Amino acid sequence: MIWFVTKRFVQAILVLVVVALIAFAMFRYLGDPVNMMVGIETSIEQRDKLREQLGLNDSVVVQFGRFLERAARFEFGISYQHRKAVSALIAQRLPATLELSLVSVILALAVGIPMGVYTALRRDGLLARIFMTVSLIGVSLPTFLIGILLILFFGVILQWLPTFGRGEVVNIGGWTTGLLTPSGLQALILPAITLAIFQMTLVVRLIRAEMLEVLRTDYIKFCRARGLRTRSIHFRHALKNTLVPVITIVGLQLGTVIAFAIITETVFQWPGMGLLFIQAVTTVDIPIMAAYLMLIATFFVIINLIVDMLYFAVDPRLRVQS
Amino acid sequence: MNAPDEAGIDNEAARRPAGLLARLDEHDMFWSFRHSPLVMLAALVTLVMVVSSLGAPVIAPYNPFDMASISLLDSLLPPVWIDEGTWSYPLGTDNQGRDMLSTILYGSRISILVGFASVAFAMVLGIVLGLVAGYTGGWLDAFLTRIADIQLSFPAILIALLIDGVARAAFGGEIGEDRTAFGVLILAIGLSFWVQYARTVRGSVFVEKHKEYVQAAQVIGLPPFLIVFRHILPNVMGPVLVIATIQLALAIITEATLSFLGVGVPPTSPSLGTLIRIGNDFLFSGEWWITVFPGVALVLLVLSVNLLGDWLRDILNPKLK
Amino acid sequence: MTIKTFLRSACVLLALALILPAATATAQTTLRYAFQGGANSLDPYSLNETFTLGFLGNVYEGLTRRGPDLEIQPALAESWEIVEPTRWRFHLREGVKFHNGNDFTAEDVVFSLERVQAEGSDLTTRVPSDVEIEVVDDHTVDFVLSAPNPILHAEWDTWYIMDKEWAEEHDAVMPTSASGDNESHATFNTNGTGPFRLTDHEPDVRSVMEVNEDWWDEPQHNLDRVVFTPIGSDATRVAALLSGEIDMMYPVPVQDIERVNGNDGTSVMTGPELRTIFLGMDQKRDELLYSDVEGENPFKDVRVRKAMYQAIDIETIKSRIMRGLSEPSALMLSPLMFERSDEFERHPHDPEAAKALLAEAGYPDGFTVGMDCPNDRYVNDEQICQAIVSMLARIGVTVDLNAQPRAQYFAKVLASGGYDTSFYLLGWTPGSFDSHNVLVNLHGCRDDSGKGGPFNLGGYCNEKVDELTAKIGTENDPEKRNDMIAEAFRIIHEEVAHIPLHQQGLAWGVSDNITLEQRSDNQFMYQWVRKD
Repeated sequence: MIWFVTKRFVQAILVLVVVALIAFAMFRYLGDPVNMMVGIETSIEQRDKLREQLGLNDSVVVQFGRFLERAARFEFGISYQHRKAVSALIAQRLPATLELSLVSVILALAVGIPMGVYTALRRDGLLARIFMTVSLIGVSLPTFLIGILLILFFGVILQWLPTFGRGEVVNIGGWTTGLLTPSGLQALILPAITLAIFQMTLVVRLIRAEMLEVLRTDYIKFCRARGLRTRSIHFRHALKNTLVPVITIVGLQLGTVIAFAIITETVFQWPGMGLLFIQAVTTVDIPIMAAYLMLIATFFVIINLIVDMLYFAVDPRLRVQS
Repeated sequence: MNAPDEAGIDNEAARRPAGLLARLDEHDMFWSFRHSPLVMLAALVTLVMVVSSLGAPVIAPYNPFDMASISLLDSLLPPVWIDEGTWSYPLGTDNQGRDMLSTILYGSRISILVGFASVAFAMVLGIVLGLVAGYTGGWLDAFLTRIADIQLSFPAILIALLIDGVARAAFGGEIGEDRTAFGVLILAIGLSFWVQYARTVRGSVFVEKHKEYVQAAQVIGLPPFLIVFRHILPNVMGPVLVIATIQLALAIITEATLSFLGVGVPPTSPSLGTLIRIGNDFLFSGEWWITVFPGVALVLLVLSVNLLGDWLRDILNPKLK
Repeated sequence: MTIKTFLRSACVLLALALILPAATATAQTTLRYAFQGGANSLDPYSLNETFTLGFLGNVYEGLTRRGPDLEIQPALAESWEIVEPTRWRFHLREGVKFHNGNDFTAEDVVFSLERVQAEGSDLTTRVPSDVEIEVVDDHTVDFVLSAPNPILHAEWDTWYIMDKEWAEEHDAVMPTSASGDNESHATFNTNGTGPFRLTDHEPDVRSVMEVNEDWWDEPQHNLDRVVFTPIGSDATRVAALLSGEIDMMYPVPVQDIERVNGNDGTSVMTGPELRTIFLGMDQKRDELLYSDVEGENPFKDVRVRKAMYQAIDIETIKSRIMRGLSEPSALMLSPLMFERSDEFERHPHDPEAAKALLAEAGYPDGFTVGMDCPNDRYVNDEQICQAIVSMLARIGVTVDLNAQPRAQYFAKVLASGGYDTSFYLLGWTPGSFDSHNVLVNLHGCRDDSGKGGPFNLGGYCNEKVDELTAKIGTENDPEKRNDMIAEAFRIIHEEVAHIPLHQQGLAWGVSDNITLEQRSDNQFMYQWVRKD
């Protein structure tokens, strides 16, 4: 196990380096940051000078080397647009994104798992079919449209919920949370639903598919034969065994959650990392983009590691083999 | 998936119980089909949409991609059943004066092509790499998994955004040409999707390869190539199909989202997603038909494809009897 | 905590959140407003951009300021006179204090001049580079020029005066450089003399200002507090206004004007804006890029340019795409900035004439050309380009539209991208509100690096125009100056150097409980806001 973790750790570092390299190779195609940093009347000489000072005229390799050398010291430079240390900017925005993502994942699981189990148990029932069809809506419409429709309905027509932002936040030791104030919770509802709808589809369908398979395996039949209660069979044995692929996918989905958080945050003006990132893309703010990508990559490597380890923990068959 | 083709290739194997066609026979696909009205409806809708969008140049009353035929003076007309609507434009017109009906037909064609092509691309790439990695294991597996990790570090939208940017720069001014733009999109979306398949297939192969039937095949000395593609592949197709049907929808929507971020297909030849994005700006101002009709078309398409996918998956699943 | 209890308590919390009304406003009068972007750096010299400068204009002040109709008013300078043609004397206001309590004196002006011209400043154009400043006494300064300059102080309303001591104390003497490795105090903090002081600033999230009780002038507003939120998404911004969460926001997307007006309690204030949207054509390359024409450049022929011009039905663009909120323009600048602009008329929309011109020029069947267009920069930019593509299609010119986000767009078409475009859409506002700026930047003959006319992307060149431009720059007599401007504009118009389209309109969404002044430079000054 220790050997396994160390090996993965070394690999993880390599992954991060490659991520950074690929990202750097791509940035130059996203536009010219200098044009975004000056007013339209700024002279060409001034622009050229700025470009030179920022080191944008250096080759990718040189820029990359500089970035790595800094990143090793956990420094990501100063944002072109904000003129502020990127690490501080991201630290400021991180809580908003994490709260939104986690709440939406919990929401998706809380709704998706029961629906998935139900549709598997009552495969041909009317309600199950309705569930299956309804659950598809999350992947049938683009997130931005769902968001706008929710805003239009609950924000503008009914005026029940706020249309933008995070509401009042409480600062606990540098971590800002909206979970403790009424306006913060209100503001969380629409974005969290928007983000959860999409993941719910996948959860429902995966749980159903896996449940169906497991229910037909010999050991479940054996359970039945032994006369275990149906409820116990379904939840203690069957559901537990469907969790392997579900853990994998939901774990991997976190990336998609963060990706879609970009859109959700844009639509709801949610002050998280996604919004910061998408603005960085529009303004070619390379330090922010680089740091964001490194952060996401780090998340991912960790998630992957955990998923792999859970595989070992949850599925006894794998343990025997290793 | 193109079931008839595959069945054709597999003809020789059909007599063996593990063969695909045999399973279809046993299940009596057509019996199952005839007895589920929902699936029939879904098939009908899919068929109608695919045929009508592929036949758009013949069916559609106008050609919305012919810029000379569009008049801004006809813009923002409502559907025919609303006061100012006219029969010339049964579903109204968009902000440029394009006939909504024709634009939706042409737009579905683009969405369907982009969706299918990018998913097919991602699926083939993902399955092959997943099978190889899962079956051979060792350094090749580690290598491919690491590539997958790298890829997964980037949210799909972002990869598509970056690839799109690079491809645009590579093709330069040619991007104004539709074919290049579509190629770029297919590449971008496809490359951002393959990992899901690879990971899932690899995971399943890990489990499958230790089962008796594979060990039996190894013992009788079947070449790894055959074992992987003929025996393991059919058994890991279940989850792959779940992902594929959802990803087909996702591909179409990713394309719409890219468009929302400003880098989709050219606005002069819009896809369904681009139309929704354009119409999005007109939701508050009352011109709802610019979003709603393409939205309905998209939902219908995605729903039917997924319902068909569900059904197909249950049919193909050897364990479901 | 089991999942069940967690869920239960979450439900209770949610229910509470829904029932409890949002924290009610205190007795304070708070203005809440939104704009599509934010002020990233608070350093008044780090970005020459309308919103940032307008936002900071509530905190900082210049020697001059502009009134509701953009008239130049005295601000930190009580008065000024031109002592000699090359010597301007400014009498500074006495008794003015910065927000930190420091006195405003001549040395702050000297410091601000040095700082605005220093490396890293994006506002170096505010003051000619060879200006000398002489301190006469604590409240009088002279600016000595190398040549007469009739519009020396035209942009000084946004050249904000900073406190020397404060800057020195916080190590912010140099403008916040974008390339620096260190953060600057002036990026996150302000110390102006204006009617409001900034109390909280989270870039791109929220900024809070409170009234400056010690302001030297009589406040015309009745506010205590201002909360600003950037909201990037158009629909969300409109929704926030409609739902009453904010009192004011801009810009209102033109298609939503009717909706905002129809809504109970909100309306849209519209007005002319100074930015001119226009099309440009590459007249410099010998062979046109992105075209099927080989070996020649059709845009070098004035007949082709005029045909393109006449193919465009600007009135329909105005009514359908801009929903009436644009002013078709014959000139490359707003009529508000040139008093004789009514002498000019657009070449008429006439597709037949356009076709005839094309045929005459040797392109009876038209040709193909690529067009570059931003899709997130100007009001409905992509839609305008699309409409133009279809209008040109009708005279036989096939246009491949390449609509991109501004980052990629500008990287391609500006000097740094080698002016890589054949046909493009661009917008321009002369910062000095003066014709000279337009003539230099958009019409000066340029070389490949952009020397001469940096934003003349198509490389139009007429030496007569260059000659006139040089003279206009130093002519102090308004009458003679206007004659020369009119002459230059006449040539440009006849030669179709560009195809001007329109000035887009301002659209501010305002809740009925506030009144304000709308300035056509699109700067929002809280000074004139009254809220019931």
